[in-house]
Amino acid sequence: MTSQIHCEESAVFNQHAIAYIHRAAEYGVYEIRGMGAKRAVPTFDDLVFLTASVSRYPLEGYREKCESKTVLGTRFAKSPIELEMPITIAGMSFGALSANAKEAIGRAASEMGTSTTTGDGGMTPEERQSSKMLVYQCLPSRYGFNPDDVRQCEAIEIVIGQGAKPGGGGMLLSQKVSARVADMRTLPEGIDQRSACRHPDWVGPDDLKIKIEELREITDWKIPVYVKMGATRVFDDVKLAVKAGADVVVIDGLQAGTAATQQVFIEHAGIPTLAALRLAVAALEDLNVFGDVQLVISGGIRTGADVAKALALGADAVSIGQATLIALGCNSQTYRHDGQDVDVTGDYAKLGTSPGYCHHCHTGQCPVGITTQDAALETRLTPEVGANWLKNYLQVLNLELTTLARACGKSNVHHLEREDLVALTIEAAAMAKVPLAGTDWIPGWSGTEL
Amino acid sequence: MECVKQLDLAKLTVRNVNDFLHNQLSGIQHSNGFERIEILNPNGMHSIAVGLDAPVDVDIFGHAGYFIAGMNKQANVVVHGNVGWSVAENIMSGSVYVKGHASECVGASAQGGLVVVEGDASSRCGISLKGGEIVIGGSVGHCAAFMAQAGTIVVCGDAGAYLGDSLYEATIYVRGKIHSLGSDAQEKEMQDQDFAKVAGLLLAANMDFDSKNFQRVVSARTLYHWNADEYQQY
Repeated sequence: MTSQIHCEESAVFNQHAIAYIHRAAEYGVYEIRGMGAKRAVPTFDDLVFLTASVSRYPLEGYREKCESKTVLGTRFAKSPIELEMPITIAGMSFGALSANAKEAIGRAASEMGTSTTTGDGGMTPEERQSSKMLVYQCLPSRYGFNPDDVRQCEAIEIVIGQGAKPGGGGMLLSQKVSARVADMRTLPEGIDQRSACRHPDWVGPDDLKIKIEELREITDWKIPVYVKMGATRVFDDVKLAVKAGADVVVIDGLQAGTAATQQVFIEHAGIPTLAALRLAVAALEDLNVFGDVQLVISGGIRTGADVAKALALGADAVSIGQATLIALGCNSQTYRHDGQDVDVTGDYAKLGTSPGYCHHCHTGQCPVGITTQDAALETRLTPEVGANWLKNYLQVLNLELTTLARACGKSNVHHLEREDLVALTIEAAAMAKVPLAGTDWIPGWSGTEL
Repeated sequence: MECVKQLDLAKLTVRNVNDFLHNQLSGIQHSNGFERIEILNPNGMHSIAVGLDAPVDVDIFGHAGYFIAGMNKQANVVVHGNVGWSVAENIMSGSVYVKGHASECVGASAQGGLVVVEGDASSRCGISLKGGEIVIGGSVGHCAAFMAQAGTIVVCGDAGAYLGDSLYEATIYVRGKIHSLGSDAQEKEMQDQDFAKVAGLLLAANMDFDSKNFQRVVSARTLYHWNADEYQQY
């Protein structure tokens, strides 16, 4: 009989769980990291389009135009936002991101005719200057929030929560609280910033209504007011936001990213974007405001197919955050300097990671210069290069979107509809409320509810 | 001779009034010489005189609702009555003076200017304060100066529970009893500059108290960094 090492991994105390416990025992504080949930959940990948055949006919790609213009904020605002595509850039702060990254985002969004969004930390001059359409976030922390910037933005987004941490406040660890960041936020330089999770001047939906009215009064009812929420009790929350007077509701699903949040939040709070979208649409339909109040969905949007499926399920637009950063070079093996690609695998290794796996935005040591306030690292992303990459990426998303829409016989991407989709899994069918492929079965729904 | 423009909320909407204050004020000031605006019959309405950005005096006669004089710049607003939540929220400069009592969140996130309440203020007075100055003639409720980052709060009466919880660099002065201090708040001995600071703010607020009778509360700065040994709960 030969001796053997028995290596059967426990399903309960697997290597992941063991590493988690060892880490907790070593440090006594929970893990904080960037990016979004890594767990597998039903996504837009679990849906496919029923493109045209005999029962429907497609549009010709070269000759027949497919419109992608998108208007947000038509309910009460005198000046709604008019976008060339239904793809917007999500709120990410200067502080979490470098000034160069914010400028690159503004340039690309402006060139592609879409909007970008500030973040927890206020509006920088570079961002304002580079962004043709800038959505100004009103967050619980109110860092840098001021009436001059309120009056110079194209829309206000009241942030109640984020998909990566619904119910939690922002974080910015000391390495990123530089002198400039601290000054903008009225904080001591170099502290571990932990933001409030509730707004300082209102609590609850009745107050939210009055807060929205105040912002409308300050801006003379000119610009739209969005309300952004993390996806939890979506049906109720969307209805309350609509009742409170939102022009646009933004729902951020479980897969949404962050620059720094407790790991336990990222992986264990909120519902998947797919399920959240269907609930948000149901809420708007229930109030008979579908189309009057625009819906923006975010959290794990990556491809033009994701955008098309989101629109087919009822979104007016999507918002992209992590994908934006990846387009700028996040998790790339190299950064580009004077036209040359410079390998930074070693810098990833110093963080204990490698390209493709990095979630170390919280450290401020971003090897490709995006999520940093370090003066030397920041130079690794030049606004011109980053803007070009992001512009290209946005262009691809919109091309893929219109390609699928044409194939479904739609001359406008907003004509995509739920009937164009089927699901590949029972879970996705139930969450998205579309039939399982090859059947007329929507799990959890009777025929009369369709 | 002082020129006064009256805006009667029994006849106008809040939107009419704010539109006038935002868009017609400076023209009238220059051409017709208006120096003071009187707003009549506020009757608990919200968002009156918000977003002002002009050196003008505004008197509101009666009780008013939420967010009065929110995000104010330059203007001096006096409310001859009580106010609801979040009076002078995010004020940048100028002053807001409440002759009566105030509900919650007085001067929330105020970045500059002076906010005075002659009577009492409810909970979370000066929450997220970012450089503004607040003087309360009476007492404040719980969690006053919660997460206050910069600026000064003077309380001439008592302070409720959890005063100065999670305080950053703002300073609180209290004349009466402090029910309890919040996390990371601590009392420190008054120094000469503190007496001078309190005396100056009392003078600006037109309040007749002796600065010698105030105590000072500041941050202990133990929450500024993660510390596993402290079992920080956030």
